[in-house]
Amino acid sequence: MKIAVLLKMVPDLVEELEVDASGKALDTEELKFKLNEFDDHALEEALLLTSEGDDVVAFALDGDGVEKLLFTALAKGASRGVKLTGTQSHGSGGQAAAFGAALSDGEFDLILTGVQSVDDREGQLGPLLAAHLGLPCISVVTGISLDAGVATVNKEYSGGVMAEFEVELPAVLGIQAARQPPRYAPVSKVRQIQQSATLEELVVDSAGPGAGSEVIAMAPPETGEGAKMLDNATALLEVLRAEGVA
Amino acid sequence: MKGVMVVCEHLSGEFTDITFEMLGLATSLDSGEVSGVTFGAMGGKSGELGAASNVILAGGGDDFNPETYAAAVKVAVEAHSPGLLLVGSTSMGMDLASPVAAALDLPLVAYCTGIEASGGGFACTSSLYGGKMGVSSQVNSPAVVMVLPGAFDTDAGRVAGSPTVSELTVQESGGKVRFSKLIEPDAGDVDITQSGVLVAVGRGIGSKDDIELAEELAELLEADLACSRPIVDAGWMEKSRQIGKSGFKVKPRVYIALGISGAPEHIEGMKESATIIAINCDENAPIFDIAHYGLAEDLFDVCEELIEELE
Repeated sequence: MKIAVLLKMVPDLVEELEVDASGKALDTEELKFKLNEFDDHALEEALLLTSEGDDVVAFALDGDGVEKLLFTALAKGASRGVKLTGTQSHGSGGQAAAFGAALSDGEFDLILTGVQSVDDREGQLGPLLAAHLGLPCISVVTGISLDAGVATVNKEYSGGVMAEFEVELPAVLGIQAARQPPRYAPVSKVRQIQQSATLEELVVDSAGPGAGSEVIAMAPPETGEGAKMLDNATALLEVLRAEGVA
Repeated sequence: MKGVMVVCEHLSGEFTDITFEMLGLATSLDSGEVSGVTFGAMGGKSGELGAASNVILAGGGDDFNPETYAAAVKVAVEAHSPGLLLVGSTSMGMDLASPVAAALDLPLVAYCTGIEASGGGFACTSSLYGGKMGVSSQVNSPAVVMVLPGAFDTDAGRVAGSPTVSELTVQESGGKVRFSKLIEPDAGDVDITQSGVLVAVGRGIGSKDDIELAEELAELLEADLACSRPIVDAGWMEKSRQIGKSGFKVKPRVYIALGISGAPEHIEGMKESATIIAINCDENAPIFDIAHYGLAEDLFDVCEELIEELE
């Protein structure tokens, strides 16, 4: 079993987001990036699905923090880490083209990625990549079992309803949540791996078809009045009493 | 290339809200004829899709098989050449929009909360970065646009009528994805959709142990405890307590959000609560945009103070 896991760095939303001088993109100067949390679940699920002799290969697009990201994946149990360099696109369409170029030789049985990320204006990476590679795709997956070239997966709908599908491999799955919380790799172990392992590098061409859409502006959403802001817990208690719950 | 085509979603034999939101939006765009694509036995309910002037029955089962549904929508788009295809930014829509857009080489824009005709194409606003940024795009027509649930009014699209119904012949495709069954949720110990008062915890709670504090507050307020998605994914609370896109939709009398930032996926599940009170240390958290009352302070301090007062 060979599983590819696609990892993406995304802005950490805990930080304040600001728009840059162009008015069309985030100001990345002060921005902190972190692994897309759904990708972390995809990696965890890949590690849970494999045992000795199987391969989990982590792929990530070049960028700030990508090496630490891939070494962390190795420390968690991935067998190889591959950094994709070359023309890089910020849009999910271009990212799908880049990952698609890296995965086009069909060596993987399964390709896992996070169900979505906070910046995928052009659609989600999983289904875009699947379309690129001509593979079947199921998104919003929370459970996978593998048997003889077929993955049985649970796909979530709303209201807690799920559907079970069988998918012939190779396939792309967009992971919503692994069956257990993503494991943690201690810093010491990441450092150790960093000294003993090497990352691979692959130059890819991500020049996909034109997006047909162009960002014209970015701004915090216009909102209505918004909340009446309270000063302290005492004021909050008054509101609760007025609502008849305290 | 004219007209707007809406992919009509259904679950458990009923069209879902997003279907009516998109139909309402489609009629308001004034971009030509509105058509709806629907699947399986839902053709029998085409009268509910009166906002559309014609309904295309794309065959298939009621099984949401993404492979067959995407193939059918592709054929429908090829046959009718709409200027715009609207698909829900939903679990079902996600596996349908990309393959259709890729197969027909159409632009795709996701998470749309606003759209209007502009310069021969469309101007779309996408809610990105957890709802913290609105990104406006100019999109060529024809295009595929994924609409964020909860962004548009359902009433405008909930119009009974008698649209023209046509059947679409779709070749059996692929066969690489097979539907097995629908799985209904396990009943939890509490049905949060029936709760009058909810205390909901989000990522801001920080650790599993600290949920006790929220639990204590909930008890004192005679409220039920609920949570946002990350809390369930972390294994800290049961799925039966989850509010949002893939969890439950709730409308309690009072909703108290503790450490919930207010990502669109969460807001979709609770915005109809009568009174929303949000406590979050990030004063820019999007939850404050939809809350009625807000307190931008450390949730632990606030909880402790409230508990002390209430005791």
